[in-house]
Amino acid sequence: MLEQQLLNALTLGSVYALFALGFTLVFGVLAVINLSHGAVFMVGSYVALALITHLQASLWVAMLGAMLASGIVGLLVDMLILKPLRARNAPHLIPMIATIGVGIMLTSAAQGLFGAEVLRFPEETLPAGEFVIGDVHVRALEIAIVAIAFLLMAVLFVALKRTQLGRALRAIAESPKAAWLLGINVEGLFHITSFAAAALGGIAGVLIGLNFNAITPFMGQPMLHKGIAVIILGGMGDIRGALIGGLFLGFAEVISKAYLSSQMGDAVAFGLLFLILLVRPSGLFGRKLERKA
Amino acid sequence: MRFLPKTLALVSALACAGLAQAADIKIGVAEALTGGAAQYGVSIRNGFQLAAEEINAKGGINGNKIQLVIEDEQGKKEEGINVFKKLIFQDKVLMVFGPTLSNSMFAAGPVANAAKTVVFGTSNTANGITDIGPYVFRNSVMESDVLPVTVATATKHYKLKKVAVIYGNDDAFTKSGYDVFKKVLEDQKLPVTTTETYVKGDVDFKAQLTKIKASNPDAVVCSCLAEEAANIMLQARGLGLKVPFIGGNGFNSPKLFEISKLAGEGTFVGSPWSNTNPAPVNKAFVAAYEKKFGGEPNQFAAQGYDALYIAAAALKDVKLTGDINADREALKNALPKATISGVTGPFKFRPAVTKNGKPGGWDADQKPFIYLVKGGKFTLYDAK
Repeated sequence: MLEQQLLNALTLGSVYALFALGFTLVFGVLAVINLSHGAVFMVGSYVALALITHLQASLWVAMLGAMLASGIVGLLVDMLILKPLRARNAPHLIPMIATIGVGIMLTSAAQGLFGAEVLRFPEETLPAGEFVIGDVHVRALEIAIVAIAFLLMAVLFVALKRTQLGRALRAIAESPKAAWLLGINVEGLFHITSFAAAALGGIAGVLIGLNFNAITPFMGQPMLHKGIAVIILGGMGDIRGALIGGLFLGFAEVISKAYLSSQMGDAVAFGLLFLILLVRPSGLFGRKLERKA
Repeated sequence: MRFLPKTLALVSALACAGLAQAADIKIGVAEALTGGAAQYGVSIRNGFQLAAEEINAKGGINGNKIQLVIEDEQGKKEEGINVFKKLIFQDKVLMVFGPTLSNSMFAAGPVANAAKTVVFGTSNTANGITDIGPYVFRNSVMESDVLPVTVATATKHYKLKKVAVIYGNDDAFTKSGYDVFKKVLEDQKLPVTTTETYVKGDVDFKAQLTKIKASNPDAVVCSCLAEEAANIMLQARGLGLKVPFIGGNGFNSPKLFEISKLAGEGTFVGSPWSNTNPAPVNKAFVAAYEKKFGGEPNQFAAQGYDALYIAAAALKDVKLTGDINADREALKNALPKATISGVTGPFKFRPAVTKNGKPGGWDADQKPFIYLVKGGKFTLYDAK
């Protein structure tokens, strides 16, 4: 039983981590808590579903389409909402509130277009295959989720540490004004970040839609709460933090459901979160508060 | 203008005569036709419309046609009270059917009871509905009637020694279903290996199911809504948990097996109605419903359909006087004796057992249908 539960935890934790990745990226670079990320995640799974059911696209095409579509939504949010607010020097709570509005709009739009009922990917599009090792059952899909989550995190990590783009992004995270004085195209990089973060959210939506096979307009909301917990735990704006935080939350939830009581899952996970923050107020990988990433 | 009083007298005399000869029997129908509960309310209204059409086509009740006054109570308590007041005091209906949800019945039922008007629920399964008063009737079979039969049948069929339980603990419907299951399992002395919970919106049940699998039950008792139940079944099979499921009323949706495909094979479910019930009256109902509304009927349409026939059976013995208060009282006295053999099987009322000992209303005294799932379909269980 323990092996199976650890595997359950790894899958759940990878999903949380993947979701938190885009979330933390936007916070790190734009210093905005983007509360529309849950809705963008939902958009991703609906786009993939529409591509598969209406255009008979393959799963891989659907994933790319979902990344592209959610990326564009993220880009539009940045250009139409966050940019004007930046230009007006809005206090930093304002963009956060504005993104709540975006989230509600996207959720309502999905509800209007697709209805409130739970939709699913057609069965034949799901990657079949199951491995049984002793008493442990693993589906190919679960392996894919963990692999894709870790792969994307590695790519993002290397991109930020090793490339010119990454250096520019880190400079902006340090101080947008100083970066701008150094000749970095700050607005352009804000757009790129918003696009990339939303695309990551979109693919997380597809993977979760595939894994649990339940797509609803409201699927982003619980994920958003978990996502906030993950990035606070990991340290706001930190990529490694999103990974460790996501896995931590997944393990805490599954293990407490397994060995305490299924009623206690969230209580234990969030209780531990509280204790960790008492000891490390800026999260596991968070640095001093005056620095943002 | 001297002729005016005479003319008026003549006109009113004619009108009275008209009433006495073939009056319409006005019956109020208050159901949720919009909003979240509309999926039930619209089916119920369809059942009423179909039954009224059939009764009127056969000449009505003692020559009187049924006229349904249909109102939308939106599945809201406040709207339920408003609509009930309109039907009872303004439209002066003989009786009221509805409302759709138990919550609305708790709010609107007392209005009808105080006005000494029969209120007849077809979909209110909560405990205590018929405690409201002696004018409250329902033909909705409750989970506490269905689940003991479901569990006993499954236990016998599979020779169950112990079961695991999973339910949603933040939803009134699945939680009350669990409470009934818990009592039934205690009464039938069936040991529970583990009781697991989840909350609304959960899509990952693997931690709970892994635990259930490790506890090695013979079956899983599940008080869940259809969507959740389907995911639970799929994930259970993914984890190699192969035992059958026993479901509550939430399983009564064709959606369950559309989603879970063959993962739900061998599941036992109880229901007040079965579309595979071979009784001629049920076959005729299913065919007529499909013809009129272009879709399969469900349990809620069947119960609405039967409810109007129950009222019609009682009205046959009532001599309508045109005095609305006397007629309402006469109907209240005649209704408990009404019996029919309807699409939900043989039906009669039994007096409600109230908590405070005061005279209560009338509950359904009816046996449920037990299904076994075979080939991804509900099939009527044949205990041979």
